[in-house]
Amino acid sequence: MLDLPLLTILTFAPLVGVLAILIIRHDDPEVVAMNARNVALFVSSGVFLLSLLLWFTFDRTTADFQWVEKVAWMEDFGISYHMGVDGISVLFVMLTTLLTPICVLASWTSIKDRVKEYMICFLILETFMIGMFCALDLFLFYIFFEAVLIPMFIIIGIWGGARRVYAAFKLFLYTLLGSVLMLVAMLTMYYYAGTTDMLELMAYNFPIEAQKWMWLAFFASFAVKVPMWPVHTWLPDAHVEAPTAGSVILAGVLLKFGGYGFLRFSLPMMPEASLYFTPLMYTLSIIAVIYTSLVALAQEDMKKLIAYSSIAHMGFVTVGTFTLTTQGIEGAIYQMLSHGVVSAALFLVVGVVYDRIHTREIAAYGGLVNRMPAYALTFMVFAMASVGLPGTGGFVGEVLVLVGAFKANTWVAAFTATGVILGAAYTLYLYRRIIFGELTKENLMKITDMNRREMAIFAPLLFITIWMGVYPSSFLDFMHVSVEHLIDQVNTSLAQSGMLELAGR
Amino acid sequence: MPMAEMPNIVPALPELFLAGVIMLLLMFGVFQRGGLNDNDSGVFRIVSMLSIVSLILAVFLLVPVAGARAVTFSGMFVTDQFAVFCKALVLIAAALGIIVSQDFMERHNVARFEFPILVVFAALGMLLMISANDLISLYVGLEMQSLSLYVMASIQRDDNRATEAGLKYFVLGAVASGLLLYGSSLVYGFAGTTNFDALATLFSGGHEVSTGLVIGIVFILAGLSFKVSAVPFHMWTPDVYEGAPTPVTAFFAVAPKIAALALFLRVMIGPFGDLLVHWQQIIVVVSVLSMALGALAAINQRNIKRLMAYSSIGHVGYALVGLAAGTEQGVKGVLVYLAIYLVMNVGTFACILCMRRGGRMVEGIDDLAGLGKTNPMLAATLVVFMFSLAGIPPLAGFFGKLYVFVAAIEAQLYALAIIGVVASVIGAFYYLRIIKVMYFDEAIDHFDTPIGREMRFVIGVTSVIVVLFFVYPTPILSSAAAAAAALFAG
Repeated sequence: MLDLPLLTILTFAPLVGVLAILIIRHDDPEVVAMNARNVALFVSSGVFLLSLLLWFTFDRTTADFQWVEKVAWMEDFGISYHMGVDGISVLFVMLTTLLTPICVLASWTSIKDRVKEYMICFLILETFMIGMFCALDLFLFYIFFEAVLIPMFIIIGIWGGARRVYAAFKLFLYTLLGSVLMLVAMLTMYYYAGTTDMLELMAYNFPIEAQKWMWLAFFASFAVKVPMWPVHTWLPDAHVEAPTAGSVILAGVLLKFGGYGFLRFSLPMMPEASLYFTPLMYTLSIIAVIYTSLVALAQEDMKKLIAYSSIAHMGFVTVGTFTLTTQGIEGAIYQMLSHGVVSAALFLVVGVVYDRIHTREIAAYGGLVNRMPAYALTFMVFAMASVGLPGTGGFVGEVLVLVGAFKANTWVAAFTATGVILGAAYTLYLYRRIIFGELTKENLMKITDMNRREMAIFAPLLFITIWMGVYPSSFLDFMHVSVEHLIDQVNTSLAQSGMLELAGR
Repeated sequence: MPMAEMPNIVPALPELFLAGVIMLLLMFGVFQRGGLNDNDSGVFRIVSMLSIVSLILAVFLLVPVAGARAVTFSGMFVTDQFAVFCKALVLIAAALGIIVSQDFMERHNVARFEFPILVVFAALGMLLMISANDLISLYVGLEMQSLSLYVMASIQRDDNRATEAGLKYFVLGAVASGLLLYGSSLVYGFAGTTNFDALATLFSGGHEVSTGLVIGIVFILAGLSFKVSAVPFHMWTPDVYEGAPTPVTAFFAVAPKIAALALFLRVMIGPFGDLLVHWQQIIVVVSVLSMALGALAAINQRNIKRLMAYSSIGHVGYALVGLAAGTEQGVKGVLVYLAIYLVMNVGTFACILCMRRGGRMVEGIDDLAGLGKTNPMLAATLVVFMFSLAGIPPLAGFFGKLYVFVAAIEAQLYALAIIGVVASVIGAFYYLRIIKVMYFDEAIDHFDTPIGREMRFVIGVTSVIVVLFFVYPTPILSSAAAAAAALFAG
């Protein structure tokens, strides 16, 4: 492996872009805007190319953290700047670096106001997101985790739709409330274990009573992020009001924070509590899958529909995570990755027509296939991926989760599986209403198909969606050893506390 | 101790220096001023400059006494690392207070040379408070500070609101001083001494203390709570903050708070440290109430100075979380909190002082509308301060909260910590509202530009510290740790 602080470079390179944008000065605002776009695209693409190094150099045969960096930071507290990736986090880093340049491209023409600030926000956001997935110190993690709120609040609040202020506040306060409770739990962890190093904390056995409280506090934070029913209500608002690229990042990366958190904290650090609360997780997840699918069926707004479908899909993730089986957890991670690509793409799909017609109401569309064949094809692939059609990324994740769920609890599997059917129902219904039928609406008569920039945005996402569907092992290989290690860790800890028999395993 | 000898004056060098400076500057001001006009910016500028320089020199004079603990003036005066840390904060706050006031005072025809001298006077009182080692010297320091502050509040003497604020502050402050004095007399009556070291020895046995003594401590607590404007002794704060001239408010929000909290720590941990069980619950309740009121009452405010008053009440609540823990870690948390609070608040008030439209100050939150477009740099820095005050990482304000909550958890005050973090979420709402007004609302009119050179300097430095605190926090953290250790050693 090269002797290079790769993760630090990946994390903080976007800030260099921010500096570059800040020093752009010109009398003509158009020139400034164009330069800001170019710098943002250049920097974020550079970060993506650099992150490919991770893909090629990552050692798939070990569960150890790789590219580890550790520097003392706040010594009195034992907090260090500790970064590293393992099979669970590495692909999320890549997902982030992939989606950011796409977001920049997607905002190329639709954002006309305060472009400079917009690009700065996205680059800062990228820094925080990558840092969050790489952080191996409790407080470093927390700082990145919560700092994300700042750019997100601003992005929705400034460039959002009509009710943007309400949505921005709701997003901010909901997530903040969850995360401060997590902060208290983190402080408690530090109090017990005397360290903030996540690797040491994973090996530490917390007393079971304390674990339950800490688990609930972490749950408060992650459940809001995922989001799980009943704390999901911020998501539809945020998605509807956010600009397209904001929705893409929100669905593509930010929702994964919750699922990632369960895998990184709840399971390895609080295994007994995780086992204890598994029925709760199953129940909430199943409600999320079925209830939000039904809600999605009734939506009139495209973005809202996709937002609800996101909640349903993330329900699969939480089920898979808590099955504590290899298939379930791998499926959960896979589902997060494919959902990151597919839902991001779906929001972009909505953005394409929104940029032309400026409405998200489903009823305003119909018969688009007549004027926009390329668009219809693109939309179809992502819709099918969202449904979980074999050959697309969505299928692999859902099947793995269901296999894991069958191993753990048949009823859970049965209920969760209904989500697949409901998913097909609302997605196909959406697709039919927008794409098929007669082209009767006056303002749709002159609508144009996707231009080259838009095709360039969708091409990589299409490619990855299909790739994830037909050859999943190139992704599963990354996570396999780490997931096995995680399950071993949990089982060893459960065996020590004599709870393994309770689990029936 | 041989009383006839000359007391060792070295530990009190900064105080003596400032006292000398005050007298010289007073003479200078009086003799320079030919006529008796209210607004003599020439003399005002010179005296201000000299005051700032001497405050900064006083910081350097702290260096020789920075080492070990030293007691002098017959046990009335103590200096240790704790005192040095807090004194440095107070002196810096006072110097910044004078710097940000310059422009305002001249524009509003109150550029009297007495103002900077009063600030130095107040600072001297604060230094004495921080170094108090006896209930008597505590009271003397406190009164010296308070009397200067009363005058400062109504320095704009033609202004109704300012004189009202001064009067209110004076009457209520006098009541609080009375409470404190009454408590001190009770403590003296039941313990037989006013010296902190003697009191500490007396209580160190761990045996029962008389009820009268506890009542005395409660009175002292009430008096001190008034000075730090903790709930339920906070009523004066919003009115005084709103009425006083803005630079005076900026000064009130920072330096006296730091000094009073330092005094709070010194009294509670020093002489009454072994009586933790008797006062811990009181501090917990006061802290919870302050955090809650600070968060809730600020929501509906329309005036930004009033909002900052409630915000400061809330922040005192957070600082008291560290005191409630009653541990070294807690004291360290409070000190880190104070240092960060100083930077954030000075920066925020400097921004508020730039809210000027057509030569007049505006104070409404709605007046900030659209600032993101009209004055992007000012708006961006104010955003930084607001997120920091709300305690969002990676900004400095987060670390302040982090350290007090660590102490609370280690002292097993879980409920306090949870209430605290929930209050911080509620509090985040009104800080966010300011950001919302600046960025999401449409502009009405823009503020006067350019903002003064001093302001740009203060805002620039404070915002850089707030943003980059996390990069290299060690100096503040380690000196706060040393200061906390010194308080417990003594």
